[in-house]
Amino acid sequence: MTEIRKAVTEMTTTNPTADQTNPTHMAKPSAMGSALLRLEAATVRYGERAALDAVDLAVAEHEIVSVLGPSGSGKSTLLRAVAGLRPLDAGRVLLDGADQRGVPPHRRGVGLMFQDHQLFPQRDVGGNVGFGPRMHKAPREQREHRVAELLELVGLPGAQGRAVAALSGGEQQRVALARALAPEPRLLMLDEPLGQLDRSLRERLVVELRQLFGRLGTTVLAVTHDQGEAFALADRVVVMRDGTIAQTGTPLEVWQHPADEFVARFLGFDSITDAVVAGGAATTEWGTLPVPPGTPQGPCRLLVRPTGVLLSAAPAPAPAPASAADEGALRCEVVARTFRGGHVAVTLRPERGPRLEAECALRAAPREGDTVAVTFDPQDVVALPA
Amino acid sequence: MRTTARRAVSALALATAATAVLAACGSSGSSGTDDGKATGSGGGSKTVTLVSHDSFAASKSVLAQFTKETGYTVKVLRGGDAGAAVNQAILTKDHPRGDVFFGVDNTLLSRALDNGLFEPYTAKDLAHVPQDVQLDAGKHRVTPIDSGDVCVNYDRGYFTAHHLAPPQTFADLVKPAYKNLLVTENVSTSSPGLAFLLGSAATYGDGGWQDYWKQLKSNGVEVVDSWEQAYNDRFSGSSAGKQAKGDRPLVVSYASSPPAEVVGVTPEPAQSPVGVATGTCFRQIEFAGLLHGAKNTAGGKALIDFMLSRTFQQDMPLQMYVDPVRDDAVEPPVFVKYGAKVDHPATLSPDTIAAKRDDWVGAWNGIVLK
Amino acid sequence: MSVLRTGHGRGAGTGDRRGVQDGAARAARTRAALVRGALMALPLLFFAAFFGYPVAAIVGRGLHQGGRWQFGRVGDVLGDPAVRHVLWFTCWQAAASTALTLLLALPGAYVLARLDFPGRRLLRAVVTVPFVLPTVVAGSAFLALLGRDGFTDSLLGVRLDTSVWAILIAHVFFNYAVVVRTVGGLWAQLDPAQEEAARMLGAGRLAAWRRVTLPALLPSVAAAALMVFLFTFTSFGVIQILGGPTYSTLEVEIYRQTAEVFDLPTAAVLTLVQFAAVLAILALHGWTVRRRESALRLVDPARTAHRPGGPGERALLGAVLAVVALVVLLPLGVLVARSFDTPNGYGLAFYRALGSTDGGTFSVAPWQTVGNSLRFAAVATVIALVVGGLAAAALVRRSGRLLRGFDALLMLPLGTSAVTIGFGFLIALDKPPLDLRDSWLLVPLAQALVGAPFVVRVMLPVLRAVDDRLREAAAVLGASPWRVWREVDLPMVSRAAAIAAGFAFAVSLGEFGATVFIARPDDPTLPVAVARLLGRAGPMNYGQAMALSTVLMAVCAASLLVLENLRTPSAGEL
Repeated sequence: MTEIRKAVTEMTTTNPTADQTNPTHMAKPSAMGSALLRLEAATVRYGERAALDAVDLAVAEHEIVSVLGPSGSGKSTLLRAVAGLRPLDAGRVLLDGADQRGVPPHRRGVGLMFQDHQLFPQRDVGGNVGFGPRMHKAPREQREHRVAELLELVGLPGAQGRAVAALSGGEQQRVALARALAPEPRLLMLDEPLGQLDRSLRERLVVELRQLFGRLGTTVLAVTHDQGEAFALADRVVVMRDGTIAQTGTPLEVWQHPADEFVARFLGFDSITDAVVAGGAATTEWGTLPVPPGTPQGPCRLLVRPTGVLLSAAPAPAPAPASAADEGALRCEVVARTFRGGHVAVTLRPERGPRLEAECALRAAPREGDTVAVTFDPQDVVALPA
Repeated sequence: MRTTARRAVSALALATAATAVLAACGSSGSSGTDDGKATGSGGGSKTVTLVSHDSFAASKSVLAQFTKETGYTVKVLRGGDAGAAVNQAILTKDHPRGDVFFGVDNTLLSRALDNGLFEPYTAKDLAHVPQDVQLDAGKHRVTPIDSGDVCVNYDRGYFTAHHLAPPQTFADLVKPAYKNLLVTENVSTSSPGLAFLLGSAATYGDGGWQDYWKQLKSNGVEVVDSWEQAYNDRFSGSSAGKQAKGDRPLVVSYASSPPAEVVGVTPEPAQSPVGVATGTCFRQIEFAGLLHGAKNTAGGKALIDFMLSRTFQQDMPLQMYVDPVRDDAVEPPVFVKYGAKVDHPATLSPDTIAAKRDDWVGAWNGIVLK
Repeated sequence: MSVLRTGHGRGAGTGDRRGVQDGAARAARTRAALVRGALMALPLLFFAAFFGYPVAAIVGRGLHQGGRWQFGRVGDVLGDPAVRHVLWFTCWQAAASTALTLLLALPGAYVLARLDFPGRRLLRAVVTVPFVLPTVVAGSAFLALLGRDGFTDSLLGVRLDTSVWAILIAHVFFNYAVVVRTVGGLWAQLDPAQEEAARMLGAGRLAAWRRVTLPALLPSVAAAALMVFLFTFTSFGVIQILGGPTYSTLEVEIYRQTAEVFDLPTAAVLTLVQFAAVLAILALHGWTVRRRESALRLVDPARTAHRPGGPGERALLGAVLAVVALVVLLPLGVLVARSFDTPNGYGLAFYRALGSTDGGTFSVAPWQTVGNSLRFAAVATVIALVVGGLAAAALVRRSGRLLRGFDALLMLPLGTSAVTIGFGFLIALDKPPLDLRDSWLLVPLAQALVGAPFVVRVMLPVLRAVDDRLREAAAVLGASPWRVWREVDLPMVSRAAAIAAGFAFAVSLGEFGATVFIARPDDPTLPVAVARLLGRAGPMNYGQAMALSTVLMAVCAASLLVLENLRTPSAGEL
């Protein structure tokens, strides 16, 4: 523990911009001017196609930002542009307010952790982690000390002499992280940091990472295609689509109010249908759904989050169509159910309209083939722009 | 963790250091480069440069004696066989690489003279050289140094075992008794091969040699590309050929081959295993000349004089397996004991050779190789 | 909470900024081009001064006569059916030799790269030995294999000498190592996991090899094929000794026209024909290889080797060992045996004679040529590594016709007649600033000309296989481009570099062609000394030639073993 604390202190003190009294990410910038990283109309083209299309983005100091998007949406290009590995075709990248045009990657002071780690196969673990400090001409003693403390930090104490080929995926990932952290980058960028790991390890590591970055006060820009990972890691989420930014906000904001159907579907929400909102209700194929107050009137696309699909034991043998319609209950057949840790995701085939996803407690979950009655919670009904 | 890099660097350093050391050894050992600069510095130089072919050789002690007598040190540049060396000298005649060229023979002499390679110089001891080898006697642009005869050699053991008399003349070679016994060299790629063709042409005339070769061919003459192959691999009489299971008891080689076959053999045999068909010989004469544009003319002249001196002439036979041209030179005992005496070798004038050579080579190719 | 807004930002103002930034991207590209240019500068200068200029000089001397360009000669020479016949034979024997060499040596490459068995390193060094042997020497050993009472004669009753088969088999003998070393260098580092993965997905062993390993190996196979082709295309001694006078190649013709007939115009035209043929081959090679070189997962070669398992692999090992024994070891053994077979029984007389100066062939004792050869070869290897290494570094990123042209230029010396280069040196490097008329440097320079293409061909596939993101990872960690090269590329390529250095060294040790035409002060190399000894009658001369050849083999094998052990160890071997 002492070691870690020492490490944290050292890291924060060596970072000239760190706020020593408040080393966590609590201190948020309040103005664009203090952004550590800023992209202005950043554009990268591969031939005719724009991989980054006039993207504006800012990351504040100590902030953890996750860039989320399907593959090919330009996430990785964004990181490469910031790192200086790919020159911009238009626009600017600023770090600490300084235009990075013409600054080669090794002088930008940013760290980048690659998707598949890209550990140097010819070097052992210590050689990999110590690489950055060595490039920055850190004296040997200091370097060895730093390697030791970082390996301790990532949970691989004493692994210096191990061959990288002999490491498991999770260990490689930790070494890659230690390597990226070692030269104390002012901005750490992670490209699908947990991409190749199995689920449980990923879930555990993402929490560890967030805690670690919080302790160290690291500014992080991470790209991932996994929303769970992004939401668990980030202070702020940026969703990308076709080289542009589709939405940005806190995980909660994005989760609660997806900017459009693309974002919603990308987040895994598939219960979406056409609707016309009038007053406090929306008319859909599923019937009439309650909507939260303030929902814009008129036609729209309507999303129901799984948590808003409430199941009740179906009025078993004898259906009562009249009453069901009156109460807004929708009869559905359970098509599939998937265990997700503490709850079960249930796929429903309604008697009319597209499929619905519901979420319910383990014990209350219906079985496949059951027929259930569905009602909707207005809190989880969201109107998306048509 | 840095072992890898360190070892890589040290390996490189080691290699570089080794190179430097070796290079240093080389320049101190051969002392070539420094002397080269001296040559360039002008007439007062104490180095005289001899340009020659790969076969040139002289004893260290003999060259040392030259230095003692004249104060000049000899530097030898050698490159390629005789033909290549002459051609190189012609190509570089505007920037000659040395002062004296040695190694142009009568088959190439016209080419060298026509290209103006040499400056006239009458060597001191020319009186000791028979007139018939002084092929440029009128102008003295070249000085004869040595002669050698290209002759058919035979495997004594074979002919003894088969109770057959070895052939002696060109005419013998087409006799049925010697069918499938002779191996010779391609006239396009081998100097003894060409000499043998010239010998046949000198014997049968411009119009007659073709017919002779047709007979040779039907008598089973084998042709290989080089003397090395013919003598070391195909000939059954040489020690190398015996190892290589050569099965041709007749080969076109040199009159000096028999003594060479006994050098290093103990106890000394009564006879060389190889004999010479003395009626099949063509004489090659090698010349030296002062290169046009030589930096050290005085040194060059001294060197030519020295090459005609008894010291050098008597050293040559065992160094280059050639005969001295000087009439009062004493041959080494091994030559006297095992060498063949060739009294009437075939000869052709350099002008005839120059005029006919290409046609003959072409015709020979058509007759023998097709 | 962040206040930063994002947007699609295609608003006003981006347009004019784009203009400026396009400049930035262009500047980055320009910078990359400059770096490449700087890397290429030295190799370019080297090849221009020591290849382009001399060859142009000798060709120019041939075609420019009597104050006029004699282009009419081109038509004359090409119209000659004999010349066309020679060209045809030159090409097809080279193609056939290349195919046969690949067929026999690719299994050898696998076995020596992937199978772990006692004596593997020694064997790898031994198969490279033929490469350095003067063809005169090896040719005569080959007669023992294929000639009268030779191996094939006594076993099968077939005499193959003076048949075209003798030429082809001898070419396999000389070039076996080219394939083993070029392809094996990469093969040893290919991740077996990928092939295993393909097999897990249901592909059979052969299918997995064909789909996964072969495509990955293709660039180095093509490189090896190219080098074998160029070597056999310019084959001289083998054709002369084993083919007999009826077989002639362009190389033999150029030699004859230059060194014997002294018909420089014809030689010049033939040289141009040779160039044209070589360029055509290079174009074909480029076309085959382009877009097939890809980033591969390279691993530590020590991890990929395994003990031969299963009857299949043991049979393969056996077959390879049999081929090596027959085609490589047997001829070598003949030479060694002859070096001890003195007129007075088996003994060391020939070796003792190497130490004396009274043999008459040299003013130095023959054994001193070992030192000369090592010195020249060391210098030539350093030159070839520097020149070839820089060129390979410049060529790593494929792009542009210009660069491809440069790549081809580097290979040209391999396909150029030694006599052309030797004579070119002679008339081109004779005046300031390049007055090297009697400098000992001429020899290693000529040797490096042949060695450098090897370095490029061996290193390039490996360099191109290095994952670019490893370099990026290093750059982001603070490594400048130079450090990236040193820290990422160099360790990855060190094995290939050692192989390339071995090649360059072996090439230099054995180089005879150009060296023999370069008149130089009396420090003959081993092959030159062997040739001089062979050119004289008598058992002592011949025996010394065999002894010196044996020394040459030993020196070559020892040097290669040392070079391979200099190779940097992999990580983890702390």
